[in-house]
Amino acid sequence: MKFFKDLKKSAPLLIMMLPVVVYYLLFNYLPMFGTLIAFKNFNYVDGFFKSPWVGLKNFEFLFQSADAFIITRNTLLYNLVFIFLGMFLSICLAITYDLLGRSKLNRVNQTLAMFPHFISWVIATYFVTALLDIDKGVLNRIITTFGGEPIEWYSESTYWPIIIVVCYIWKTIGYNSIIYYSNIKGFDIEYYEAARIDGASWFQQIIYITFPLLKSIAIIMGILAIGSAFYSDFGLFYLVPKNSGALYNVTSTIDTYVYNGLRQGGNLGMTTATGLYQSLVGFALVITTNAIVRKVSPENALF
Amino acid sequence: MLKTEKFKPTKKIKKDELAVAVTGVPLWVKIILYVITTGLAISTLIPLLLTVSISLMDADALATHGYTLFPKEISFEAYKYILNNGAKIWRSYGVTIFVTISGTILGLAMMTLYAYAISRKYFPWRNTFTFFIFFTMLFNGGTVPSYIVITQILHLQDKIWVLILCGCLSTMYILIMRTYMQTSIPDAVVESAKIDGAGEFLCYYKIVLPMAVPTIATIALFLAIAYWNAWYPGFLYILQNEDIVPIQLLLKRIENQVQFLNSNASSLSYAESEKLRQSLPSDAVKMCLVVMIALPILIAYPFFQRFFIRGITIGAVKG
Repeated sequence: MKFFKDLKKSAPLLIMMLPVVVYYLLFNYLPMFGTLIAFKNFNYVDGFFKSPWVGLKNFEFLFQSADAFIITRNTLLYNLVFIFLGMFLSICLAITYDLLGRSKLNRVNQTLAMFPHFISWVIATYFVTALLDIDKGVLNRIITTFGGEPIEWYSESTYWPIIIVVCYIWKTIGYNSIIYYSNIKGFDIEYYEAARIDGASWFQQIIYITFPLLKSIAIIMGILAIGSAFYSDFGLFYLVPKNSGALYNVTSTIDTYVYNGLRQGGNLGMTTATGLYQSLVGFALVITTNAIVRKVSPENALF
Repeated sequence: MLKTEKFKPTKKIKKDELAVAVTGVPLWVKIILYVITTGLAISTLIPLLLTVSISLMDADALATHGYTLFPKEISFEAYKYILNNGAKIWRSYGVTIFVTISGTILGLAMMTLYAYAISRKYFPWRNTFTFFIFFTMLFNGGTVPSYIVITQILHLQDKIWVLILCGCLSTMYILIMRTYMQTSIPDAVVESAKIDGAGEFLCYYKIVLPMAVPTIATIALFLAIAYWNAWYPGFLYILQNEDIVPIQLLLKRIENQVQFLNSNASSLSYAESEKLRQSLPSDAVKMCLVVMIALPILIAYPFFQRFFIRGITIGAVKG
């Protein structure tokens, strides 16, 4: 029997793998079966097995509510802005860092720009509060100094799409630009030398050499990001707007909606259904984008 | 299945490769670009400067001047308060340090063991087990089922274990380690040890682990930072046990209390709300706490920058 022979030979390896296998079974695979709750009218008293089945009722409730549209729209739109604007700015920044060379100031600037990536959204929320606080915040103080009316930032939803995007860019741009920067560092310098011999100006060198060479990594990064476009950064959308009800219209995403549903403890079946909706669409997105990457540049496909 | 042949470990950048590719940039363009990048760098420091400034002002000064970039009427009250009465804060600090260290060690031990196994070419089920962890990157059960598993089946709520276990493993990191072990450690080294009679564990511990130190160190750093910054597991699962509130969660909770006070100000009597307000830490104490959490990262940061950059680049390469 080949199987038993393999088993005997691999026994030590299997034992070494055991902790991770157990972990994944408990923390990752068991919840996958738990998604069956989405098809049940779940309550803690009856538990997982005895709660009654309700078929697709939970999904019907979800998609009949106005929430489903709002959270899907917010999650997708924010992600699209993050992907395109974020990538464009990161690439510009990476090229800038490259242009400025090895000066001390340039290196300090790069290091500092990466810093926000390494702090939590809890801390970042305090930073935002220091700016937006109603009576003591820096922005309102500036507004009132010039004779304006203070703005109640946390109950005015009009400003939040911009605030969210600015926070996201602030926190990620420095870190993401390093990905492109290290890519640029790997380019063959002869391309540039050849271009200079042909009389290309510095700007033409960027447009005709750096940009095209960056295209492949940009496509990959973009496609990977689109693969996770149905997920959102919980900290950004929950903590930074302080879970303020007045802002839900523009700040609630699938993740914050699921969390609030879980905490309010109402219809857990429907909350699970929302999570499953996210997982399934997310799964479809990853599979589709990966298929596209395989066509475009097979060596960068995820699987 | 997953491809690995194309992966090359981040190579050391040689000095001449650091030469600037694009040349002939006029000085005025450089100056503009310097202004922009310096501005961005300053924008990351200003919030921190603001919090330090707030932490140095007392409540009266804050009420009149608002939050300012440079403190008016410096007072060290907040820092004194934390030094003397901050038992809860120090305890939270301890919890976070304990969870960070134990979680990082546990996570690394488990991940390197697994990575070693799936990096062995003679292991017949390596693809199966790679897919076993990889699949979780494609599909997950979602928040509610995980919550029910952890609270109803594993009963981990309000236990320190939930803080250690949540986030101690990452498929991406395992795949990065596996690829490194496959490509950068010659099979011959392990094989010759095998011939000398070393078992799998000895090969892992004495040969592969020491040789994989550069990658492991980078991942350890990222893991430790993630633990230091983790607030979500505590937020979700630490509800009643006041003894194991990590520092980030404590900061989050203080914010919530302020919110509660503001939203209930009308329903509470004056005396009640005044009593509540007194028991709350002042703005200065809160910001002092923010400084205490952000500062270790800012201080450690320049020393580890090399690792950060390496981490970003290995993270960017698929596993």
